[in-house]
Amino acid sequence: MNMIVAHRPVAPNVATSSRPLVRIVIVGHVDHGKSTLIGRLLHETGSLPDGKLDTLKAVSARRGMPFEWSFLLDSLQTERDQGITIDTTQIAFRTPHRDVVLIDAPGHAEFLRNMITGAAQADAALLLIDAHEGVRDQTRRHGYLLHLLGVKQVAVVVNKMDRVGYSEARFREVGDEISAHLKGLGVAPAAIIPISAREGDGVGAASPRLDWHGGPTVIGAIDQFEPARALEQLPLRLPVQAIYKFDDRRIVAGRIESGGLARGDEIVIMPAGKIAKIRSVESWPAASPQTAHRAGHAVGITLDRELFLERGDIIGHAAAAPRATRRLRARIFWLHDTPLNAGDAILVRLGTRESRATVAAIDQAIDPGELASGTSAVIARNHVGEIEIALTQPIAADLHTDNPHTGRLVIEVDGRIAGGGLVIGLDAAPRAAPVDIVPVESALRPEERAARYRHRGAVVWFTGLPGAGKSTLARALERWLFQGGGAPVLLDGDTLRAGLNGDLGFSATDRSENVRRLAEVAAHLARNGHIAIVAAVSPSAEDRAAARRISGALFREVHVATPAAVCESRDPKGHYAKARAGGLDGFTGIGGDYQPPEASELTLDTSRHTVAEATADIARMLARTGVLPDAVADPAAS
Amino acid sequence: MDRLDQLEAQSVYIFREAFARLKRLALLWSLGKDSNVMIWLARKAFFGRVPFPALHVDTGKKFPEMYAFRDRYGREWDLDLRVEPCPPIDAVDPTLPPAARSAARKTEGLKLALAKYGFDGLIAGIRRDEEATRAKERVFSPRGAEGGWDVRDQPPEFWDHFNAAPPPGAHLRIHPILHWTEADIWAYTQRENIPIIPLYLAKNGKRYRSLGDADITFPVESNASNVAEILDELAATKVPERSGRALDHETEDAFERLRVAGYL
Repeated sequence: MNMIVAHRPVAPNVATSSRPLVRIVIVGHVDHGKSTLIGRLLHETGSLPDGKLDTLKAVSARRGMPFEWSFLLDSLQTERDQGITIDTTQIAFRTPHRDVVLIDAPGHAEFLRNMITGAAQADAALLLIDAHEGVRDQTRRHGYLLHLLGVKQVAVVVNKMDRVGYSEARFREVGDEISAHLKGLGVAPAAIIPISAREGDGVGAASPRLDWHGGPTVIGAIDQFEPARALEQLPLRLPVQAIYKFDDRRIVAGRIESGGLARGDEIVIMPAGKIAKIRSVESWPAASPQTAHRAGHAVGITLDRELFLERGDIIGHAAAAPRATRRLRARIFWLHDTPLNAGDAILVRLGTRESRATVAAIDQAIDPGELASGTSAVIARNHVGEIEIALTQPIAADLHTDNPHTGRLVIEVDGRIAGGGLVIGLDAAPRAAPVDIVPVESALRPEERAARYRHRGAVVWFTGLPGAGKSTLARALERWLFQGGGAPVLLDGDTLRAGLNGDLGFSATDRSENVRRLAEVAAHLARNGHIAIVAAVSPSAEDRAAARRISGALFREVHVATPAAVCESRDPKGHYAKARAGGLDGFTGIGGDYQPPEASELTLDTSRHTVAEATADIARMLARTGVLPDAVADPAAS
Repeated sequence: MDRLDQLEAQSVYIFREAFARLKRLALLWSLGKDSNVMIWLARKAFFGRVPFPALHVDTGKKFPEMYAFRDRYGREWDLDLRVEPCPPIDAVDPTLPPAARSAARKTEGLKLALAKYGFDGLIAGIRRDEEATRAKERVFSPRGAEGGWDVRDQPPEFWDHFNAAPPPGAHLRIHPILHWTEADIWAYTQRENIPIIPLYLAKNGKRYRSLGDADITFPVESNASNVAEILDELAATKVPERSGRALDHETEDAFERLRVAGYL
């Protein structure tokens, strides 16, 4: 059998048509005539392939059944055998004023997750009710889910009017009941339409049998649906998909979810908060280059400076950037067989970011069929709820009401999408604090400190092999900043091991904890306007990434990349000699267990530069990345 | 943004997601109009490159024009081309009707290629509008170890978040042009000036609308001798695209049975 349900009548210019495209989900109780209405809509809009009706009538005859309009959709043999629609199907057709993609979501409760999948993409919905049976549980459930998913344009279609003798009184009764329900959810139906899909009344042209109805037909109502919100009117959101280095360009690739960008724009990369300028907008073929792009475009850009950024970051404009958060609140729907519990480990995907997370709390769990907000502590399959999510790392996000694309997330369990939800709350605090801890904010504002010190707070993190020159450079930088009236504080790894970190050894776990404490102290100093200078081997890339997360936008990494042989020949603390003699376990440098940074703010080789030259390089980096004002004198000159 | 821009951006997004999330990708290059558009879109996504192999599972029964096209553009587009053969027809389920059996042979060839290279993601140029069963497809669609497709147990996929973790031994099919229509393919081919196999253009009142093996693919009546005329023709016709593919007409469920077994 060869059937096209998605026939799209096309003219050569349709592909460039500017007709509004609306995506409409059609939902309703399993027996209320959804497939019949779709078949009738395709017929009334002239969308059926030639001979389709004849073919279907022949198939029906062969199967010994009377022809039904719903056969148009029942295109899979398995589906016919089961007697219900299995999965979301998309059907494209045109009304007089709209290009329509109709999303047919199954009515059977067993397949509710597919309905959610369909509704999640929709601009509008047709909610179908049988005039004879009236509003059923499933009708209410669908209405509630449309509300949860933020589908605001809903037209109610009261079908099977032929079975109630085209009674206006019955229509009013059903219409009033569903209106009351929807209004309770904050959804005002765009129209309530009496029809008989089987007889064709009220679908296309107005029907004399429904002449008491003053409102639109189904096709008339579709023509009134507005397309999705204009994403390009919102602030720029560009989730980073990848960084490509196919040639000498370092291209940041992604799709603009909202707003727009242009060459020369100053941008901020969240959650780290780093600032850069767009140097170029890349495209292929290069013959017709564009220098600006709007929402919806897949783009590639290069930046004016080498910054650490990665897949999952979101690029915005500085004046209206997304928020960085480690904790958010979401209204979710759950699709997994295993219910969601407080304390569960989950994977959250938001934009292109993937982050491990924990369900910190479940505040509401609702069975959409019952609509009773139970006291249940778990969210079962096909139920919805409100939860608190604690992320293991800060991510960039928006409230769903501010930005529909960067304000929604999916939850993965065992590598499979298990639920989805809308962000309804963001906590900008760096980590979840127990309720009995009340952090006290500083009395001073960052600008006050910056005005006095003539620099902003920062963490300058020196990493490199033992003997690479980290402490020497750190001390030189400290001296130079202090001479200029600044407020540097040196945090030397070895020095802190004598006190704060005296309980830690050199196992991988202890090293991680050592780095974490250094980072926490350094970040605290930096947030209070100091330039915290950390000199620590910090061999693990993962630990340094954690330090960067703790410090957020304040982190500046300096890789002291002096060759290993030079480091060993220097051996200022005698450690190499001791390690060679077998007297120093876990010593980084000889074992080759140092993981060099891939994207530090600065890389220095002290075997090729004097201390003054290296300090000048660091100062330039700090000026370039906004820690020092541009006008700061070159330290090599002083 | 016009419709073609939207389609292109969506496809580019899918390509980049696949490349970011899978380790061993390949693009199935059937040499037809759809897979040529796919290659074009991949080059858009990756700024002129196709950073994974282009796999041609060769039945050995394609039209000569198709082989000429493959050899020329494989070079011109700098593709990492892998041509893999199909097993002899005797190795294929004899209960299938002839054309379906021929197609099933291609499926077997694909399985051999999968086993040889260990791809975890295969990019395929199917479209929802081609055939009713394909309307049910996901963009990232898991396949069992045998390449089978379980239409009833598909993971949810929404808001452009894709399930990219195939179970052990399985792989993913990735469908970057699932949302395109036949007319979109031609309109884009025209706009971007993408090369096509001349068999698509009418000669002596006939042209091929869909290309498969030479012995089971038939031309349709047409006078369309360039892409613009093809678009005019599509605007007027209501004849399904795959009407020239014998496979689709043999039995009501031949296509469905093939897809469950791993056919594209």
